[in-house]
Parts: sequence; C-alpha cells; structure tokens
Amino acid sequence: MKFTKRIFVITFLIIAQASSAYAAEPIGKRIVLKKGMVLLLSEKHTIPMVTINMAIKAGSTAEPEDKAGLASITASLLMQGTKRRTASRISSEIDFVGGSLSVSGGDDFATAGLRVLKKDIRIGLDLLSDVLMDPVFDQKEIDRKVSEALAEIQRQKEEPNVVAGEAFEKAVFGKNAYGRTSEDVATYLPKLTRQDILAFYSARYNPKNAIIAVVGDVTEKEITSLLNEYFKAWQGKELALPAPVPPPDVAKNIIVKIDKNITQANINMGHLGISRGNPDYYAVMIMNYILGGGGFSSRLMDNIRDNKGLAYDVHSMFSAQKEPGAFTVGIQTKNESANDVIAEVFKEIRRIQTEPVSDSELADAKAYLTGSFPLRMDTYAKIAGMLASIEIYDLGLDYPQKYPGLINSVTKEDILRVAKKYLLPDRMVIVVVANQERAKLKF
Amino acid sequence: MNVTEKVLPNGLKVLLKEEHKAPIVTFQIWYKVGSRNERLGKTGMSHLLEHMMFKGSKKYGPKQFSQTVQRNGGNDNAFTSKNYTAYFETFAADRIGISLDLESDRMVNLLLDPKEFLSERAVVMEERRMRTDDDPSSTMVEQMMATAFLAHPYQWPVIGWMADLGNITRDDLYDHYRTYYAPNNATIVVVGDFETKKLMAQIEKYFGTLPRGPNVPPVGAVEPNQLGERRIMVKKEAELPAVFTGYHTPNLKHADSYALEVLQGVLSSGKSSRLYRSLVYEQQVALYAGGDYDNIATDPNLFFVYAGVMPGKKTEDVEKALYAEIEKLKAEPATDEELRKVKNQIESGFIMGQDSVFFQAMLLGQYETVASWKLLEKYLDGVRAVTKEDVQRVAKEYFISDNRTVGILVPVKK
Repeated sequence: MKFTKRIFVITFLIIAQASSAYAAEPIGKRIVLKKGMVLLLSEKHTIPMVTINMAIKAGSTAEPEDKAGLASITASLLMQGTKRRTASRISSEIDFVGGSLSVSGGDDFATAGLRVLKKDIRIGLDLLSDVLMDPVFDQKEIDRKVSEALAEIQRQKEEPNVVAGEAFEKAVFGKNAYGRTSEDVATYLPKLTRQDILAFYSARYNPKNAIIAVVGDVTEKEITSLLNEYFKAWQGKELALPAPVPPPDVAKNIIVKIDKNITQANINMGHLGISRGNPDYYAVMIMNYILGGGGFSSRLMDNIRDNKGLAYDVHSMFSAQKEPGAFTVGIQTKNESANDVIAEVFKEIRRIQTEPVSDSELADAKAYLTGSFPLRMDTYAKIAGMLASIEIYDLGLDYPQKYPGLINSVTKEDILRVAKKYLLPDRMVIVVVANQERAKLKF
Repeated sequence: MNVTEKVLPNGLKVLLKEEHKAPIVTFQIWYKVGSRNERLGKTGMSHLLEHMMFKGSKKYGPKQFSQTVQRNGGNDNAFTSKNYTAYFETFAADRIGISLDLESDRMVNLLLDPKEFLSERAVVMEERRMRTDDDPSSTMVEQMMATAFLAHPYQWPVIGWMADLGNITRDDLYDHYRTYYAPNNATIVVVGDFETKKLMAQIEKYFGTLPRGPNVPPVGAVEPNQLGERRIMVKKEAELPAVFTGYHTPNLKHADSYALEVLQGVLSSGKSSRLYRSLVYEQQVALYAGGDYDNIATDPNLFFVYAGVMPGKKTEDVEKALYAEIEKLKAEPATDEELRKVKNQIESGFIMGQDSVFFQAMLLGQYETVASWKLLEKYLDGVRAVTKEDVQRVAKEYFISDNRTVGILVPVKK
C-alpha cells in the first residue's frame, strides 16, 4: 500500500506525445494485410516478448442509442468461449504461458490486448484470433456477464468519484454515445438478447474495421505471415457508424447535487470540449497544461492545493477523441470547503480567459510537452498505444518528428484565443457529490 | 542482473543498472523509514515528511522541485509505505544531473517552513479522507491491520490516524527528518541509459561529501504468535458486503516465502486461478476474489485472502467458500499443471518486467531497503525449486484459523 505525494494527472487522453530529439526514424511501419486489416509494426529485439494492441470500430459509438452497454458486453463475451474453446480453456491457455489476453469496450473502439513471450507468439495469436473470429456467445455466459455487470454497477455506487463522473457525463452528453452511464446500461442489460449480441458482433467485428499494433521481438516477414495465417478466415465489410446523437445544448450553468454520507465533496465541473481532429488541439493542450493539466506546474494545483491546502487532487483535462469529448475539472475537498473550491476554479478559468499567460508559463509548458517525449514511448505497451493513435487520428508515422514543431508554434495569443473559445464558465455543468448538509452549496 | 553496487564512505549505498533500450533514465532514492518507525499519537509522520520534501530546501525553494523536473521534460513523485520512503525522477538520459542536484540538497537541507507545514498537513488530511475515510474497502483493511497486529507498528496506517495528523508538529517532522534522512540510511538506485563509471563518479561528487548521520534507532518490535481467530465488523455506507481474511506469514527473508508466492499464484493469478474460477465463475457467489501476499516487508506481514459478495448471496457462504479453497490446498497437493503454470507466470512476469526501467529500479530499491537486492538474483531459482509438497506444507502451517483475522464489511445506508 502506498501513499504518494501526487496523483499522475492524465493530461491527454489517447494521444501520446513526442519530440524529435530521440527519434530520427519513423516510429514504425504501416502494412495493409491480406484481408484489409491495418498492421502497425515496431520491431524491438531487446526483450524476448511481443505486445499487441488492437482497436476495432465496435465501441459505444457503434451501438444503437437504445442499447447502452451492448458494445461493452459483446467485447467482454469474446473471451467467454469459442467454437474450439470454453471460457475456462481460454484463461487456462493464456495463463499457462504467463501471458495476458483481454478484450474490452470503449467509446470509439473496442480494444484487444495480447502480451506473450516471443516463444509463445503462436499460442498467443491462436487465442487472439480465435476469440475475435469465432465467439459462440453461449446463453449461460451471457447471463453470467450480465449479472456481473449489474453487480459491478451497484458496487461502483460506493465510489463517490464514479458517481460524480457519471452524473457529469449524463448532463454533458445526454444521449450521445460518449455519455453512456451505468444507469442507462442497467436499464438495458436485463432486456439484452443473444440476438442483439450476434447482430452487433457480425456487423462490427471484421478485419476492415480493425487495426493491429505490434511491438516487440518479431520481424516484419514473420509477423505479416503469422497474421495472414491466423486471421485468414476473418472477413466482412466496413459499415458506417450510426449518426451521432448531438449532446444537449447547455445554455447556462447547471448544478447537480447528490447527497451521500461522506467526508469530502467530489466535484466535477466542465462542459463539451474538442475532438482530436480540431486544428486548435495543440493550443488547447498547452492552455490546459497551464490551467490544470500540468500537475504541480498548473495554476489550479498551485492555487487550491499548494497555497490553500484545500485538496489533494485537483486537475483539468480535455478528453479528445473522434468526436468532441468533455473538458473536466475534478477535485475532492472536505464538504465544508466545496463552495470555496468551486469559486477558485471559476476564478482561474476566467483569469486564463482574460489575461495572457506569462512567457515563462508558456515556455515551461512547451519544455515539458516536448521534453517528456521519450517517457511516452519507453515501454512496448506505450509504443503500441502510440502506433494505434497515429493510425486512428491520421497523425503520420513521422508524428514524433513533427510534434515539437506543432507545440512550439503555439503563441500566447493562441492560448488566450482558445481559452476564450473553448472554456465556457457561463455554460458549465457542476456536479457535487457530498454530504449536502455540510457542503451548504451556494451555487 | 548486471547491477553495480558501491557503498560510499558516508554509508550511502548506490545500485546502478545500465539499460540502453530507450534513451531514458530513472533515478530513485530510498530511505529506510516508513510508518514502521513511528509511534501512536504521531502516526503518519513519514508520509507527511515525504510531502514536505517537495516544499523547499536551501537551494530549491518551495514549488521548485517539481517545476524544475517538469521543465526538463521529466516526471517526479514519491511514495511512502510501512517500510520505506522513496523519491524518483524519470527523464531523458541527459538530464540525470538534475536529480543529483535536487536529491543531494533535500537529503540534508530541508526548510520545513512552518506555514507550508500547516497547509501541507491539511492536504494530507484531504488525502486521508479521499483514500480511506470515504472508501469502504480501505477502511476495512486499515481496521484489520489494527486488529491483526498487537505489538508491532504494522498496526497503524501509513497515512496516519486522523487525530494523529492533527498532533504532528513541524518540530516533530524536523526530528524525524534528522533521525532518518542521512546517507547511511539511504540507497540510490539508477536504471537506464548511462555509463556506470561516469555516473558513479558524478554521484560521488554530489553525495560523497554529505556527512554520515547517527545510527538509526532499531524498531525491535516483534508480533507475538496469534492465539486464536480475531473477527471484526466494519459498518460503513457501502453497496455490497465483502469478506477479508489475513494470515500472519513470513516475509521474503524466510525460505517459505517462495512456496507462499507459488501458493498465491495457485489461488489468484489469472482467471484460471482457483479463487476466481470457483467463487466468481462457477459458484457465482463473489463479484471478485483474490489473494495478496505482501512479502517485500522488513518484518512479517499478512497474507490477505478476500472476496466481494455478489448481490443476493450470503456473506457467510462467501466466507465458507474462501475457506473451502484454503482447505483444499491443505488436503491435497496442487496439480503438476498448476505448479508449472504459476512458475511460468512468475518467470515471464520477471522477463516482461524488464520493459520498464522504473519497475526494475523499484524492485531493486524495495529489496535492498527491506533485506538485500541480492535476494532478487536468487528469486527465480527459489521459485523454480518449490514443489507441490512445499505448497501443501506452507498451506497447513500458516493458513489455520487461529492465525487468522477476519473482517466483514457490512453496508449500511444513511
């Protein structure tokens, strides 16, 4: 059990950062396999192991609006039995070689992960391709996953930050797929049928919808022939995603108060943000670093934690995916300080919208973002994640070389402009899960 | 393992391991002080001091530490446990000088400003509310430790009891700092892209002149044998009940530690392990189930076996199901396949761990602080030598009800 001085703040979702100082060569290779699946490969021969990340366009954005949770439960059921293997057999085989195999749902994508020693690559690929290509969706396994999912939803209600996060997403996203809440899922799951799962699986799981990032001790020749062999029978065609449901228009500040017998107010504040493809992405990331993404270098941390001692964790983030995600400020503070903390957050947001950031703040943010590049690809798993992002967001395999330029071209004026444009202190959702009697909210 | 070890004349131990697969380096400094070195009424001092280590020293004023590291493209942090307090920076290999300058300064020149102290103590109280007071499982583990240990300081939480946090003064922390922060009570571990000879010379330049401190007072506490099961209930606002059990077991210095690690694998490593397969998958009485053997500890600790109760299932049935699995381990040896599987898992985990320089440094630091990093060199051989009879024997020896503390989480609603 460990207690750390600070929390690693997730400044950026999905996208890893890069600078050119240490990467003169492209980060990997892009190869289209026989059935149309895209392979991103980075050969690394220092450790005899292979890490694989797959992303399949089978996330919540692919599920019908009235079937919240279908994507996620389909993903989790892939591991629960195929034509050749029972669920127990799958876990026994991967455990026996000391590897790991998983499939899970997500917003834009379902993801599959495999990690095995090089000598076990065939066993690993046999399992991975089997669960993706030949799941049987046995009714007993469906029932089991449904009751597990419902129990997990119930358990998570005891985590105040989860409760706050869910209420926040619901208010920000409404019926949009990025806002699937436990409540929506719990309403749908009891009605879920095997037919729903089969239909979703056959529409979405196919090589044209999949990318596979491979990092580790394999050669290009070896891995392309292995993948062509194991995924030989996989086919299907790309199907357009359902049109996204627009998030609700928030015209003025909305406060959501949830009462719980706890010692701290768990506060989430924010609104709709930007997509990864937004041309202002890099300026927004730097602005957010200065505001609340940059850990101890950020204004929110400096003000609320370092100077006032009001919180252990305070951070802000823009979650940028295919579609606009949320801008969120998250804090926990004792019930009695909730009003003060919310006021300080508003103050910092308005400050960064009205005064230019200082030269040193901007220089420091750029120095961190460009200088920390090597740390963002220092493990096989991180490299695989970056390769997948490069493909998904079309960043180019020379992204590491381009990145410093993208960051360094942002000016103080850009920061002020994007702060005014993408921070909306008069159209915020403010969720406070707290002992409301003690918090006595003025908002 | 290709580790270079050197002890400087002032007692500072240095462990260097070159790893050239990425152009990065992690610098860690491990102090042999944790909640184990505290006393009731002032628990939480080590962790609070860890926070204050970021609040300014002679050369780097308040707020300077992390900002300096971040400006250099690095990440820094620290952690405190029952047995140690460690600080680290990870960055591009050419920035290692920053660590040497920062860490050598704050080892001996901490400011401990009284105003900063008050504000940071409030931050730690917020941390305690977040991690423990509003988290039913953490509260439960905290209370179980307080029940399982009568005479040993493992009984109190690393973060400290809330009232104790209020009792700690700036001068208490100063004494704690002067007692435990000295070259002779610390280990530097660096793993990454550097040249050993060059880096060793730099470390000697920065740290070699720091004065040796007085010998650190020994802890001395020994937990007496437990003489019968202890049971507690924790009533908290929660959604689902849970059953936690803890058995006193030896730490990594004891030969049985390897067999206990293998036993832990049989019980809970992966979805093919016994607890998951039986309680979660087959019987469907538990939402989660596992075993946790924390043997990297200076003194003997607990082996936890636990499960969360599925809605509609009875807590006592889940408790019985946990014991049934434990009894099975005693009644008959694990299968050859299980043994092979667990050893494969441990072995491949060891190889895969080389992917992270941070993880490698962390293991060296932990081992060296609680025992000796050299135990790591024997680790895989020790695991390979475990027989199924060994696993059965340690199950029979340690997993007896008289040696057990049981905690039941009872959800209550306001």
